[in-house]
Amino acid sequence: MKLNAKIPEGKLEEKWRNYQLKSKLINPANKKKLNVIVVGSGLSGAGAAATLAELGYNVQCFCYQDSARRAHSVAAQGGINAAKNYQHDGDSVWRMFHDTLKGGDFRSREANTYRLAELSAPLIDHFTQQGVPFAREYGGVLANRSFGGVQVQRTFYARGQTGQQLLLAAYSQLYKMIRAKKVTMFPRTEMLDLVVIDGRAKGIIIRDLVSGEIKRYVADAVVLATGGYSRVFRLSTLAIGCNGSAIWKAHKKGAFFAAPSFTQIHPTALPQSSETQSKLTLMSESLRNDGRIWVPKKKEDTRKANDIPEEERDYYLERRYPSFGNLAPRDIASRAAKERIDNGHGVGRFRNAVYLDFKHAIERLGLETIKDRYGNLFKMYKKITGVDAYKEPMQISPAAHFSMGGLWVDYELMTTIPGLYAIGECNFSDHGANRLGANSLLQASLDGYFILPNTINNYLASEENRAPVDTNHPAFVDAEKKIKGDIEHILSINGNQTVDHFHRELGKVMWQNCAMSRNQAGLESAIEQIKKIKKAFWQEVKITGHSQELNTELEKALRLADFIELALLMCTDALQRDESCGAHFREEYQTKDGEAWRRDKEYTYVSAWEYTKDYFKLHKEELDFEFVKPTVRSYK
Amino acid sequence: MKVRFKIWRQDSPIDKGSFKVYEVDGLNPDMSFLEALDHLNEKLVLRNEKVIAFDHDCREGICGQCGVFINGRAHGPHENTTTCQLHMRSFEEGKVIVVEPWRAKAFPVIKDLIVDRSAFDRIIEHGGYISAKTGTASEANAIPVGKDIAERVMDVAACIGCGACVATCKNSSAALFTSAKINHLNSLPQGKPEEHQRVLDMTAQMAKEDFGHCTFTGACEVECPEGISINNIAEMNARFLKAKLFR
Repeated sequence: MKLNAKIPEGKLEEKWRNYQLKSKLINPANKKKLNVIVVGSGLSGAGAAATLAELGYNVQCFCYQDSARRAHSVAAQGGINAAKNYQHDGDSVWRMFHDTLKGGDFRSREANTYRLAELSAPLIDHFTQQGVPFAREYGGVLANRSFGGVQVQRTFYARGQTGQQLLLAAYSQLYKMIRAKKVTMFPRTEMLDLVVIDGRAKGIIIRDLVSGEIKRYVADAVVLATGGYSRVFRLSTLAIGCNGSAIWKAHKKGAFFAAPSFTQIHPTALPQSSETQSKLTLMSESLRNDGRIWVPKKKEDTRKANDIPEEERDYYLERRYPSFGNLAPRDIASRAAKERIDNGHGVGRFRNAVYLDFKHAIERLGLETIKDRYGNLFKMYKKITGVDAYKEPMQISPAAHFSMGGLWVDYELMTTIPGLYAIGECNFSDHGANRLGANSLLQASLDGYFILPNTINNYLASEENRAPVDTNHPAFVDAEKKIKGDIEHILSINGNQTVDHFHRELGKVMWQNCAMSRNQAGLESAIEQIKKIKKAFWQEVKITGHSQELNTELEKALRLADFIELALLMCTDALQRDESCGAHFREEYQTKDGEAWRRDKEYTYVSAWEYTKDYFKLHKEELDFEFVKPTVRSYK
Repeated sequence: MKVRFKIWRQDSPIDKGSFKVYEVDGLNPDMSFLEALDHLNEKLVLRNEKVIAFDHDCREGICGQCGVFINGRAHGPHENTTTCQLHMRSFEEGKVIVVEPWRAKAFPVIKDLIVDRSAFDRIIEHGGYISAKTGTASEANAIPVGKDIAERVMDVAACIGCGACVATCKNSSAALFTSAKINHLNSLPQGKPEEHQRVLDMTAQMAKEDFGHCTFTGACEVECPEGISINNIAEMNARFLKAKLFR
């Protein structure tokens, strides 16, 4: 199968317009006969569900949480980028496009990335209209701040709760359309399989998480908006329920999985403090605007931070990357932290952290300004650690965060299964091998509000006159039967280890071998270890309770079963890519001074993996850089 | 660290439910409260017992899905915090920790510590939004909003919808929750066109959902993780009166 990204003709700045001019339309009277399933209610899912409903489609929206408002977009803190150039600092759509392409180390499509920058400005207008209380200047205009990997101020924010405010706006629009009876909402449900009929996505099988009932839902198109899968590492910045099951099930039904191993490790999370820890809390990257990162020059230095004199501190980001300093992109900042920690300069009880220090910022700007900018983050830090970061530096550490990888989608956000779309973090589209800060809220929102509602009609127009299918079709019956069988099987194992035990094992293997830096031997051994975990899981896992009730252990087990398989694909992908690019750092491929060595001649393509019964089959989408010449990424 | 959990167990909405005591060892003070429950649940699985069902997701205090009564207080002993941000260092070695679900007629128990808070969603459904279609927005800076107003709006927009206000109120009133959304949208120029209808619809839905009335005891603002002020309820009432008079 040859992958066709369906990139429209014309100059970069004309592509999206050209696409819209040629895309098929559907008469409003016919739209109301068409049904769309949206799985996930985060920024992309809720935005898509609300907008598709406004356009006239009937939407059914599913989420595993108790309410659409809980989706993990809620936790994004820092902000959302847009090329508004309100600061008059030389920003433009082109510059934002270029920053994003370069930030992703030239492993994303030019056309997609350009569209991301192009549509960013109207998105700020859109959210402002919805009532998002973005930060303002005294004169009443919108305020901005900077984020990593960028030299202009283009980030819009609402205190340290930007994701919450955008998500709640999307959630309220979703409920507006629920009231209009155009969206039906199904909270506390989990998608367990995708139903494909005659090669087209036609529905899903879900489990009602309260009653345990397995149900079938049919539609003319299915949209997955299920977020990232970094919980494969167990310890991550994600919500506990975040999972990769929906996209994994779609993958097994034929959707290609692109760049699965491209995972962003965020440099500023709180360090792990115990074995039993369930998650790592993120501290917004915006702190790097004013905070300075350092470690003691002396190895194994046991002095308290405030007792270490200035000349014995190593501000390693400023030293290695003088032009970007503490605002180097995330992959670079994380790797630099790991390098210092691995070399014995780590701080804190477990020597697994670095300092983020506001002493100079407080001296320069005054305590009040720092409180105004980051007050809620300092409060959060104190709640979790018990430490007052106005008086001593914060301790931070890298943590698994964002999945750049995801289901392969074309310019229309359609996967390799006709009628199946993937939007937001669960697709691979705009970020390449590393995502820039404050681009994730942007991509999720644009996919849901602006892009999908303009592309889905191109497909649905061909579905208008197709004979309808219903949930009695054998494909539905078989899928349901298989799921019921899997559930009964997993419950019947009745072994002697908990689900969490296996998740911890998997997390350790993945964190050691498939996170910030990778090598051939490590990945090969990881694959063997994961196979063993898989075997042990299916022989020894123990789940109490039964299937016809609310059973949180069963939910966890089903998610973990998919994570284990996904982990195998991630390691396979990381092993296949014999180069370093962005967050994918292969130790064998680095320059003399420890930077990523990209091998453009061999690897300027997106790896898209096909699931077969026995192995993962690689397909390549060659990346054609028509407008920008890939350069060596430098932040020095 | 060792503690004794006294936890509400209720198998289903129709089950009567009762407290059960669990001795838990092997905890450490840096564990979060929910991690202590995870720890207990793993032990229960290995003892062939059903796990304690509790709601949680982000575990960083922002999604609003967690929330239980701990020793008689919503979200535990500290003010302005969520259950997931509570750590075991806040409890004394060997002491009893009583854990119950939110108790309110409008929030029926689904199982153990999990309650149904969909009444909050239905209040939002009845006007907790600005009726503007995607694609119709004008330039963001065309409508200036003063920094003081933006800040005040952010104070109430911060509501995480956890339900602690209802659970802690002796009347099980949802006035703080409802007022937060009304004051958020009605204070902004974008929310003005629908301001009166919004107050009337949202408060009507609140009344329909079996929430009690507010008698200004002030309990809600003490437990609100976001510290949303009870003044918002007075402001909502004023807006309600205005809507009745001028609509």
